[in-house]
Amino acid sequence: MTQLALVIDLNVCVGCQACVTNCKEWNTSGEAGPMVDQNPYGKDPTGTFFNRVQTFEVGEFPNTETVHFPKSCLHCEDPPCVPVCPTGASYKRQEDGIVLVDYDKCIGCKYCSWACPYGVREFDEAQKIMKKCTLCVDRIYDAKMTAEERRPACVRACPTSARLFGDIHDPESEVSHAIREAGGYQLMPEWGTSPANHYLPRRKTRLRIREDELERADNPLKIDGQLPKPGKAEPSLDDVTSW
Amino acid sequence: MLPAFSVIFLTTLIGVGQGLFLALFTAQSYALFDLLPKQDGPSFYAYGSAVALLFLLGGLVASFFHLGRPERAWRSATQWRTSWLSREVIVLPAFIGTVFLYGVAHLLEWKPVLATLPGGAAIDATVVLGAIGTLLAFALYLCTGMIYACLRFLREWHTPLTVINYVLLGGASGFTLAAAFAALAAPDLERFFAGWALIILLLGFVGRVAALIRNRRLKPKSTPQSAIGIKHPRIVQATQGFMGGSFNTREFFHDRSRGLLRSIKWLFLAGAFAVPALLLAAGLSGAAEFLAAAFVVQYLGLIAERWFFFAEANHPQNLYYQSVA
Ligand code: SF4
Ligand code: SF4
Repeated sequence: MTQLALVIDLNVCVGCQACVTNCKEWNTSGEAGPMVDQNPYGKDPTGTFFNRVQTFEVGEFPNTETVHFPKSCLHCEDPPCVPVCPTGASYKRQEDGIVLVDYDKCIGCKYCSWACPYGVREFDEAQKIMKKCTLCVDRIYDAKMTAEERRPACVRACPTSARLFGDIHDPESEVSHAIREAGGYQLMPEWGTSPANHYLPRRKTRLRIREDELERADNPLKIDGQLPKPGKAEPSLDDVTSW
Repeated sequence: MLPAFSVIFLTTLIGVGQGLFLALFTAQSYALFDLLPKQDGPSFYAYGSAVALLFLLGGLVASFFHLGRPERAWRSATQWRTSWLSREVIVLPAFIGTVFLYGVAHLLEWKPVLATLPGGAAIDATVVLGAIGTLLAFALYLCTGMIYACLRFLREWHTPLTVINYVLLGGASGFTLAAAFAALAAPDLERFFAGWALIILLLGFVGRVAALIRNRRLKPKSTPQSAIGIKHPRIVQATQGFMGGSFNTREFFHDRSRGLLRSIKWLFLAGAFAVPALLLAAGLSGAAEFLAAAFVVQYLGLIAERWFFFAEANHPQNLYYQSVA
């Protein structure tokens, strides 16, 4: 079985909102109809988005860290939003694990959004139906595009390559490697939804130096000076190494 | 959660309708075994069913206001295998139809005897319809309650008490209405209904207070730490990613103060329980004119109760929408 998913590297994301913009651009121009905004240029602009980038501050000043946190539907492997839908509009595709809403069936009862703990479903106030990330299902299988283009719009837009896309059930895929090797984790594991999207944690590269490594162990008396020049007859470095 | 009045009216109105029907059929069953005086003529059960139908249809109409695309509502009957909402969509019309047939059978006095019990009680068509209706009424309470109780993230609702309270509160309001109706149409049943209404009301009070106490003690399972997967005791959202609000900031927040919430709680404890209990007691002791007042106060109290029920629920998605910036 295939389970397509995004893997988002929090260590790399700079919170530039490029993925948000490109997601909206692609998905509002698609055949599924626009993602309508209200008051786009007014005082309280609001509208439907599939993807949001949030920012969290971790720690207390001055030891704070800013974490940019992109969030879209996680395409849960056990999606709680699907069984509650009374119309069957919300469904999970067998072939690739993408969770979708059939806009022609949705009655806009919003029950699915209550059943998603992640707050990623957004009701379209103009079309009166529920919307959410489709993993760009209308891009990734488009045979008219090059392989490079057949990836979700957000992944294509990310200037820092913080977003990876692939099949997390294929152990050799780029995303599986990333999850395995960089400690990929799921959000709110306490609900057993098993989100397909994973996040890679913030990582710090630290040099671990012990006290005794700062001191020359072969100079216990701390006497500085040039080492005595070896005599001409003594073996040089060239005699003991190959370089 | 943001309490939606469409759902508040849906659940309270059909609760009354179901309760009233259950009250009518309880009286008929008692009368079947000669425990209560039989009602001469069709009017009591037929008009009682008509009143129940009014409430049920009112609830049905209210439910359509909740839908973004009501013209597609028929589709919502398809997923009964997995969705309690879908099951409710099937059971509600089935129940309405049964109440209608029950009322019509009484009105036309269409009572072919289908069987006779050993004791001599005749099981006629209205008894069979009433029994089916009773099953459907309880099934409908179950569906309505489970729509909320099955959502495990909304821990305030995820308890059997939710279903129990839907049954008890709906039942109590229905029996109160039956008492008020009997005061007009069948005075000899008035005390019977008022007595049961009082008993169910007290049980409902116990159930609702149990739920309040339980919910007070709930500790959230999801935290900012589990929401973004970072282990640090202090995580504050700097921005939710937009300023003008979104569906997620509107649907899941009631934006009311804790003080108001507390006032509504006391309001519904008084309105849905204390005051109607006193009025019912007064009705029991002979002052029938209090029964109608008991129902009106109780219904208003139940609206407050349902509002509080929704507002009290705290959705884990709110962790992601803490800071407008
Ligand atoms: S993240 Fe929410 S909307 Fe997406 S599959 Fe999981 S539960 Fe459903
Ligand atoms: S809003 Fe649409 S997709 Fe969601 S549960 Fe209702 S019908 Fe299904």
